[in-house]
Amino acid sequence: MKAFFKRFARNKGAVIGLIILAIILAAAVLAPYFYPTSPWRMVTRPFLAPMAMDGYWLGTDALGRDVASGVMHGARVSLIIGLVSTLTALAIGIPIGALAGYFGGLLDDALMRFTEFFQTIPAFALAIVIVAILQPSLFSIVIAIAIVSWPPVARLVRGEVLSLRSREYVQAAVVIGQSTPRIILTQVLPNTIAPITVMASIMVASAILLESALSFLGLGDPNMMTWGYMIGAGRTRLIEAWWISFFPGVAIFLTVLALNLVGEGLNDALNPRLSREGG
Amino acid sequence: MIQKKTGRALASTALALLLSAGVVAMQPQDAKAEPQRGGTVQLAVTPEPPSLMLGLFQNGPTQMIAGDIYESLLRYDTDLTPQPSLAESWEISDDQLVYTFTLREGVLWHDGEPFTADDVVFSLDVFLREVHPRWRPTVNAQVASIEKTGDYEVTITLNEPFEPIMLSFEVGTTPIIPKHIYEGTDYRTNEMNSTPIGTGPMKFVEWDSGSYVHLERNEDYYLEGRPYIDEVYYRFIPDAASRAVAFETGTIDVLTGGSVEIFDVPRLEAQDNVCVTTAGWELFAPHSWLAVNVREGALADKTFRQAMMYAIDREFARDVVWSGFGTVANSPISSRTLFHSEDLHEYTYDPDRARELVAESSYDGETLEFLVMPYGETWTRWAEATRQNLEDVGINVNLVTTDVAGWSERLGTFNFQLTHNFLYQYGDPALGVSRSYVASNIVEGNPFANVMGYANEEVDALFAEAANAPSEDRPALYQRAQEILVDELPVLWMIEMDFPTVYRCDLQDFITTAIGVNDTFRDAWLQQ
Repeated sequence: MKAFFKRFARNKGAVIGLIILAIILAAAVLAPYFYPTSPWRMVTRPFLAPMAMDGYWLGTDALGRDVASGVMHGARVSLIIGLVSTLTALAIGIPIGALAGYFGGLLDDALMRFTEFFQTIPAFALAIVIVAILQPSLFSIVIAIAIVSWPPVARLVRGEVLSLRSREYVQAAVVIGQSTPRIILTQVLPNTIAPITVMASIMVASAILLESALSFLGLGDPNMMTWGYMIGAGRTRLIEAWWISFFPGVAIFLTVLALNLVGEGLNDALNPRLSREGG
Repeated sequence: MIQKKTGRALASTALALLLSAGVVAMQPQDAKAEPQRGGTVQLAVTPEPPSLMLGLFQNGPTQMIAGDIYESLLRYDTDLTPQPSLAESWEISDDQLVYTFTLREGVLWHDGEPFTADDVVFSLDVFLREVHPRWRPTVNAQVASIEKTGDYEVTITLNEPFEPIMLSFEVGTTPIIPKHIYEGTDYRTNEMNSTPIGTGPMKFVEWDSGSYVHLERNEDYYLEGRPYIDEVYYRFIPDAASRAVAFETGTIDVLTGGSVEIFDVPRLEAQDNVCVTTAGWELFAPHSWLAVNVREGALADKTFRQAMMYAIDREFARDVVWSGFGTVANSPISSRTLFHSEDLHEYTYDPDRARELVAESSYDGETLEFLVMPYGETWTRWAEATRQNLEDVGINVNLVTTDVAGWSERLGTFNFQLTHNFLYQYGDPALGVSRSYVASNIVEGNPFANVMGYANEEVDALFAEAANAPSEDRPALYQRAQEILVDELPVLWMIEMDFPTVYRCDLQDFITTAIGVNDTFRDAWLQQ
C-alpha cells in the first residue's frame, strides 16, 4: 500500500488532480452548509456581476439565483451522476466481459457481437434518444449514460480474462474442483481490478461531460441544478452576462481534468513496470 | 399602434425631412407611401406547429402561418371594427337576430375551385361546429340556422340577440374550409391536412419539416395587385439565441411575437432600421395563467389554490422573467377588454398568508407535477421561478419537460396537474373567456378547452345569461362571474401578456389589423 502511494505520488499531475478532486468533493459535501437554501432560489437582483455585491462572489443569473450556490450544488449532482452511471456501466460490462472471456466460443461470439452493436451507434446520439424516450430525469440520464458507456468495459474485461484464464493458478483451481462461478469471482476477476479502476476514473469524467451536454441541450433533469443546465440556461446571455455560463464551465473543466490526471496516476501506480519503462 | 423607434432612426428621419420635404419618411404607418410589389419576407416562428390545418388546430404558430392561407368572412381593424374579407358586406336585422352576409364573387380556392356560399355553410355549420373549441359553443348555443340564401349569400339566424357574434368571423375562429375537400371525409385524417387549401393571399408551397414553411403569392387573389410580397418563409429555428442572431445578421426579417426572447428585445431595438411594436394583439389580449387540474387531490381544494395564488410572485415574473412586458392579471377577464372589473379581491404576493392557507388546506406534502410549457426559454425560467415560489411556502413541485405535441396531448387528455397556459380573449368574454370555465366545454382533445375540469352551475348560468343579455345588463353579470371565479380560482391568473414583434422598418403596413401578424400579408409591402 505504501509502495502504491509512493508510485502514485511520483506522478505530479496525479497529485494535483487528486487535490482538485478533493476540493470539488468538499464543495459537493459542504454545499448545504454554505448554501442551505435551494440553488434554484431567487435570492437577489438578476444579472449581478461577480464580486459586485458582498456574498455573491460569482454573481447571479437571469432570475437572480446565486451562481456560486449553483456551482456547489451542481458538484453534488455531477459527481453522483458520474459515479452512479459508472457503477451501472461496470455492472453491465464486467459480467458480459467476464463470461465472454472465460467461456469463449459461441457465447463469446454472441456477447461480443452484442457489444459491438452498441459500440457502433454514436454514443451521444443514443444517449439523447434514450433520455428523450424515457422523459428527462435523474434515473433516465444515469441509464442512458450507462448504456452508452459499458461496451469498452466489456471488451477490456474480456481481454484481461482471456489472458488470465490460461494461467497456472486458474488451471490449478480447476483441477482441485472449484466451481466455475467461484473461479471467475475469486481467481480471475480480482486480477482485473487494476485496469478497471483506471478505466472507471476516466469513465466518471466522460459521464460528467455527457450529462452536461444533455443538460445543455435541455434534456437534463429539470429539477436538478447541474453545471450543464447552468451553461445551457446562461448561453443566450453570454455577451451581457458571461459569468452565468463561465463558472460552471470552469467547474466541468477542472473536474474532468482532475479525473483524467488521477486516472493516469492510478495507471502508473497499478502497473509499476509499465510506468518505469515509460518514465 | 405603439411604435417605438430608436433615437438614431428618429434623428435621421427628422434630418431627411429637413433636407428635403419630398423624402418619404421611414414611418411604416405613413399612408401616403405607394405600396411596391415584390420581395421575400423571412419570419421566425416558434415552436413549429403540429399542423397548418387551421380548422383543426389553433396553436399560436398555426394561426400565425395559416392566417395567410385561410380567410374568414371578416377582418377587424385595431379598434375591433369589422372590415370586409370574404364577406363584401353584411346586414343585421332590426331585432338583431338575422345576419346576412354578401360574399365576394370570383374568389378561387388555391386549387382553382370556385368559392361559394356552400363552403361557408359547410365550414360554419358542419366542419367547425364539430371540431372547433371556440366556434362549437357559440354555434350550438346561439345559432338557430346557417343557410345559403343565394350562391353568394349566407344568412345566419340567432336564437336570441348575441352581440359578440360579430367578433367571431376572424380567421382563427371561423376559417372558411373548402367543402369539396372535406365533405364526407374523416377531418382529422384527411390527407389534404398536410397541404392546406384556402382562399387567402398566400398559397402553401412546401413544409420542410423542422426547417421552414414556404408560402407564395396567390396570383389569383381577388384584390387587384395584392398581395404585394412574392414569397414568405416561416422559419423554425429552435433556439432563441439563434433566432436573435439570425435577425441581427439579416437572415430573418421578422421576429414574430413570442419567437423573440423578451430579454433580447431592448438590445435588438437599439439597432438601425429595427422597429418594435406590441400592436396587433388587440383581439387576442393574451391572458396567461397556471392551469390547475381541479379534479382530484389537494388541487381540488379551493383553499389550496388560493394558497398557491398568494405564493406566486407575479410582479417578479412580470419584471424579471418577462423583462417588464405585460400587466399582472387579477381577473379571468383581461383589463384590456370591455367587462374587466377592478372591484375584485386581489391576491398580492404574500408567502406568509400562503403558508397559513396551505396548513388549512387538504395538502399533505405530496409532490405536484408541473408540466413545463414547451414554448421557449422564458416559459422554462418562469416554471422554475414558480416552482421556487411554491416550494418556499412548503408545496413540493417537480418540473416535467415535454415537447409541444406531448404537451397538447397531455392537456387534451387531462393528464397533468399544473402547467402554464395562455389563451386569447377574442374581444368579448362570451367568445374568449367563458370557454375556459363552463362545464359544457370540458372536452377531451383540445389543450385550450376547459381542461381543468372546473364546473360550477352558477358560473355556467351567469356566462350563459350575460352572453345574450342587453348590453346594459352585461357588466353586472360579468362582475358576479368574476367574483366567483376569483374566489374559486379554477386557474391562477398570471399576466396579461405583451408579445412584442421585432421587424425591419422597411416592411410597411405590416400590422394593420387586430390580429397582428396572423393576417399581415394581404396588405404588407417592402420598401425597396
